[in-house]
Amino acid sequence: MSRKLRYAFIYIFLTIGAIVSVFPFFWMIVGSTNTSVDVIKGKLTFGSQLTTNFKNLWDNYNLGGILLNSIKISIFVVVFSLIVSSMAGYGFELYSSKARNRIYSMILVTLMIPFAALMVPLFRLMNFLNLIDSHWGVILPMIPSVFLVFFFRQNFSQYPKEIIMAARVDGANELRIFFSIVLPSMRSTYAAGAIYAFMTSWNAYLWPLVIIQGERNKTIVLMISNLASGYTPDFGVVMMAVVIATLPMLIVFFSLQRYFVQGVLGSVKQ
Amino acid sequence: MPRQRKKIGIERSWNRWGWIFISLILIGIAVFIFYPIVYSLYLSTFSTRGFLKTFVGFGNYLRLLKDSYFMLALKNVLTILVVQVPIMLFLSLIFATLLNDPKLKFKGVYRTALFLPAVTSLVAYTILFRMMFSNEGLINNFLMTIGIVKEPIRWLLDPFWAKVTLIIALTWRWTGYNMMFYLAGLQNIPSEIYEAAEIDGATKTTQFFKITVPLLRPIILFTTITSTIGTLQLFDEPMNLAAGVVTGSSVGPGNSLLTPSVYIYNVCFKYSPNFGYASAISYVIVMIAAVLAFIQFKVAGEQK
Repeated sequence: MSRKLRYAFIYIFLTIGAIVSVFPFFWMIVGSTNTSVDVIKGKLTFGSQLTTNFKNLWDNYNLGGILLNSIKISIFVVVFSLIVSSMAGYGFELYSSKARNRIYSMILVTLMIPFAALMVPLFRLMNFLNLIDSHWGVILPMIPSVFLVFFFRQNFSQYPKEIIMAARVDGANELRIFFSIVLPSMRSTYAAGAIYAFMTSWNAYLWPLVIIQGERNKTIVLMISNLASGYTPDFGVVMMAVVIATLPMLIVFFSLQRYFVQGVLGSVKQ
Repeated sequence: MPRQRKKIGIERSWNRWGWIFISLILIGIAVFIFYPIVYSLYLSTFSTRGFLKTFVGFGNYLRLLKDSYFMLALKNVLTILVVQVPIMLFLSLIFATLLNDPKLKFKGVYRTALFLPAVTSLVAYTILFRMMFSNEGLINNFLMTIGIVKEPIRWLLDPFWAKVTLIIALTWRWTGYNMMFYLAGLQNIPSEIYEAAEIDGATKTTQFFKITVPLLRPIILFTTITSTIGTLQLFDEPMNLAAGVVTGSSVGPGNSLLTPSVYIYNVCFKYSPNFGYASAISYVIVMIAAVLAFIQFKVAGEQK
């Protein structure tokens, strides 16, 4: 009896937790179909403003262009940072030497440093390179990801060395071994890494806020922040923008859940 | 002898490949991480206003001690650190422990639901919370309907409640995220240990504190350190929770949402820019993060 009661409490507790976690998503979708007043009053039923809010966002706030900006930045960051970090992870793991191991631990320490500490010199550097208010100014500093180097090194350490040895005996060059043998067989690792890079670049706020100044180059996150902090924000439109910014993440999450969790958590040994 | 020479040749080419593979990241890190770290240390000894750059030595650091905004920003994040991080990590641990029960049903559904907040962008969820916690908004309606409060709580208009809102929002966003780390850790604890404890008559609470917590210590330490660093760096949430709610230059009511990162941003881009002073602030934050991480390591290590 007390056992049953205990389980009842556990289920109630977990269900409350689950509802609290999911409710804002529900409310966000409901909100995108309502007027500004209804959103701010906390209306909980679907309204009829879905197309109005979307059209407003598309026509008056250049949603299409802004989405393209976000997509462009994310794609470049994902592709470059996967190549650069996975090569580095491979290099540190397979050709370990005293000097490189020392460099590796020095690099890891930088994970502790808050981005705000790098912001000022980076801003001046970008100014010097004439990259203020450009997408490359946003992309470049996001490419070298220490976290991903760590992530890839951990995963490459489980790669069977015999395969690499066999390829060497066959006379394959080291770069070829990496790109045409190791890389294709580590798809799930790359998927998880890509999700991590996509999350960080799509959701980035502080650095784009510093670099991007004109309306034309804004990302979806900057747009949401802007929309919501005006004097008389239209909260239905804001909700719509929040839904659109969150949707790609939800899709990736539900279609690739296993890789997603792996990518977000990094390489805590499972 | 020729054999020996060949081996050395291979090792040398080996070493060269090692450098080739890491060369790109080394360039990236040198330019975008190491250079900024060193340069901001140099910059922190200057006071820069526009084109004027005067050497002040430790002057910026001394000025920080007397800067009431900086002290307030520090106090704000430390308050959140002391209140929010333990609540969140404890909740994460409870959820993980409950979900690790092999007899529990709908495990996957609960896990997915609890993790879902970790999917959102920090700006998006903050704005969502800002709307939910508006004065005549959803949360106040709900609280008044079920009769917990008679008058609406001034969530984002009162310094105390603004901080509470931030703490609730942060806990919503990160509890499931941290839970996943604990779940991964719990899977490495063999269930026999719990079964043996059960036979010895240990209650679930005893099992939690005597088995789960000690065995998860490394992961608890890891999540504590990452949460500490994250809290000290808070930017997206306070910036967006405060925007538009209170007019003027205050970050949240009575600057209750001012954090060091927001202050750095304001010193650089909002007030008359002083990059030297901003660099000094960021260095102090790095130091505090390092000291706190060190203390946490020590505490976790000593309790063995």
